[in-house]
Amino acid sequence: MASVVALAALTLSACGTTSDTTADASATTLTLYNAQHEALMQPVIDAFEDETGIAVQMRNGDDSELSNLLVQEGEASPADLFVTENSPGMSLVSDAGLFAELDQDTLEQTPTQYQPTDGTWVGFAARSTVLVYDARTLDSAGLPASLMDLADPVWEGRLGISPAGADFQAIVSAVVQLEGEDAAAAWLAGLKANAKIYDGNSTVMKAVNAGEIDAGVVYHYYWYQDRAEGGDNSANVELHYFGDQDPGAFLSVSGAGVLASSEHPAEAQQFVAFLTSAQGQAAIAGSKALEYTIASDAESNPALPPLSDLDPPVVDPTSLNGPLVVELMQQAGLL
Amino acid sequence: MWLLRGVSLLVALLVTLPLLYVVGYTVDAGWAQVSRLVFRARVLELTWNTVRLTLAAIAMCALVGTTTAWLVGRTALRGRRLWHVLMVAPLAIPAFVNSYAWVSLVPGLHGFGGALLIVTLSYFPLVYLPVSAMLGGLDPALEEVSRSLGFGSWGTFRRVVLPQLRPALLGGSLLVGLHLLAEFGALRMLQYPTFTTAIYDQYRSSFAGPAANSLATVLVIACLFLLLTELRLRGHRHLARVGHGTARATTRLRAGRWATPGLVLVASVAVLAVGLPMAMLARWLWVGSSTTLELGTLTATLTQSLLLGLVAALATTALALPVAWLSVRHAGPFATLLERSTYVSSALPGIVVALALVTLTISFAQPWYQTAPVLVIAYVILFMPRAMVGLQAAIRQVPPALDEVASSLGAGVVARFARVTLPLIAPGAGAGAALVFLAVITELTSTLLLAPIGTETLATTFWGYSSSLAYGAAAPYAVLMVVLSLPATYLLTRPTRKGHLR
Repeated sequence: MASVVALAALTLSACGTTSDTTADASATTLTLYNAQHEALMQPVIDAFEDETGIAVQMRNGDDSELSNLLVQEGEASPADLFVTENSPGMSLVSDAGLFAELDQDTLEQTPTQYQPTDGTWVGFAARSTVLVYDARTLDSAGLPASLMDLADPVWEGRLGISPAGADFQAIVSAVVQLEGEDAAAAWLAGLKANAKIYDGNSTVMKAVNAGEIDAGVVYHYYWYQDRAEGGDNSANVELHYFGDQDPGAFLSVSGAGVLASSEHPAEAQQFVAFLTSAQGQAAIAGSKALEYTIASDAESNPALPPLSDLDPPVVDPTSLNGPLVVELMQQAGLL
Repeated sequence: MWLLRGVSLLVALLVTLPLLYVVGYTVDAGWAQVSRLVFRARVLELTWNTVRLTLAAIAMCALVGTTTAWLVGRTALRGRRLWHVLMVAPLAIPAFVNSYAWVSLVPGLHGFGGALLIVTLSYFPLVYLPVSAMLGGLDPALEEVSRSLGFGSWGTFRRVVLPQLRPALLGGSLLVGLHLLAEFGALRMLQYPTFTTAIYDQYRSSFAGPAANSLATVLVIACLFLLLTELRLRGHRHLARVGHGTARATTRLRAGRWATPGLVLVASVAVLAVGLPMAMLARWLWVGSSTTLELGTLTATLTQSLLLGLVAALATTALALPVAWLSVRHAGPFATLLERSTYVSSALPGIVVALALVTLTISFAQPWYQTAPVLVIAYVILFMPRAMVGLQAAIRQVPPALDEVASSLGAGVVARFARVTLPLIAPGAGAGAALVFLAVITELTSTLLLAPIGTETLATTFWGYSSSLAYGAAAPYAVLMVVLSLPATYLLTRPTRKGHLR
């Protein structure tokens, strides 16, 4: 009996490995815990593999899921690299002391406001918070001046959010950081009363497009991606950038780091250096992801409004506290 | 004998691992922490959502399942054989594929109403099947007696037929309830939060932490409550015939002016539960194949799914065998306890089993974390009763004398098993293994949490595409799942008794 299971396990794992290694079998394979969109990472990984011959296999998940997993796995983690969509996940792993310090050259490729002071990770892309709204029912005069206004009862039943996702949780973490814990808790209570809950930002935007709700809080690239693909879920939707250093103009930083426990530290460092190099950034800008590139002075995708026009609030990425946000959202009943 | 008992005990322990884990976790985390995470407004909201949907779905499935079973089985409906197949066919369409089809047609189909519609359409066959089988086996004499005492059709149905259907109705309702408590994909797509979807949210937000595990405890209590309620309600009434001779085959009711409404009713159920999802799948397949069909990925995913299904089917059958053998050949309190324990665990939702295995492997067996064997173990735990039922039936039909004769002719334990027992139980074991295989192909929740790096199954790939609203790209994976489920579903529609559905 046991031998049947063992044999079966052997067959399965054998099949697993053969399908994983696409490149030269003798070359190193890096394991990347990927919480970013595959559409963004895959072009960079392809370019990196072409350039260096080092294969990268991805394990996909969410920011909080993978960062908590890394903390639980600790030193024994099979991961060499970790990239997130938003920075709170990076802070969690960094605070647990699991990251190696990045090479100085790599750190210098990214402006200092997009990285922590201890050099454990770097930002490699950014996304802006926006309000997507139904242009048929709302005109620009009816739009809120601040993200905080969405807790007002006039928004009851008209608003959509995706609170289980790391994206919205990062926006909440900026609100906590900029407005304080009490104001954030009150704001969340207002959202609980006002907002309809959806699973995923594209679902929120689709609901706005269908006229189910008037507006939703998401990141900018969902709209640009959909418009680029024909606008099935965004034809009736327009974007409202809060600007004015409002919490609603929060620019969330996607981070990359090398695990201290990596068995291939040199190759892993090489990957982060490539990710933030002009070549890696060009691969991101050219992808369908439509996020902002922030390193090596690279140009973002020309479809996007310039980063310098967005006027985001100043938020130290290391100050964003993921677990506190989850607790506040649990108290508010959004999780 | 001792070896058999030992192995069976180990299997039972393996299968009850998630249950033991949940109990252990709750005790370990302490009352203060658990109560902080359990007694809050959100959990009340989830409880209300879960309870009302479970009760309403059980009621709707019982109503639709019994009505259609009666119309197809007991009235002179045209095309009964076809209708019977169509009433079972929804079982071949996983609930999350059904809700995908509906949501892509009616994007606003959210909340309680939408959820109730979809789960009723997906799960009513769980009531239809047992009720239909039971109706076919009833002794018409009882109904004739009732008629002779002056009761009409309805009175006879209510006072004579319905009480006899009680075990089938209760068993079917229990299955509907357990499926619903475990349902993740369909409800997630319909934006209807229940315990299972909330546990997944907590898992995404804080991994397998206290929040997810506390909710899992509540969900486990709900499942055990359902199991116990069904046991209590089942009662001890005797339903078997005690007279001499054989019962006649049942008679069919001439529906008269009700014939057309009956036909319309059955046809609408078939259209909503089978026709519409299949039409939407065909539509998205057409759209998807013109835009994004990556044949390589599709083949790789299909291979992974088939391989996992086969290995899990073999492992489950192999592990169920000693327990089944013990419970049939050496029946007693010990054997019954072991056998029952395998059923209790399989009543746990996939998310609870997966959460337990995630934490247990990370804490105590880290190299095994997210490896194929652990995923297979999850499947074994979830689907063991499917293998057990077939095995027990098969073993019961093997006369112990054959074994004794072989023994007297000098065959050892191994030779007796290989040359006498195995060939005799192979059909039953095969049927059970096929059921496990099918369940694995459409399993979503545990696979999402436990699949090794790079392993994508039909269900997880479909889920990935449909969550990012790529309906066209998701369609081929859904179609493959339905196609793979068809043979076993067809097996379920075969007459269970001679004369039924002639």
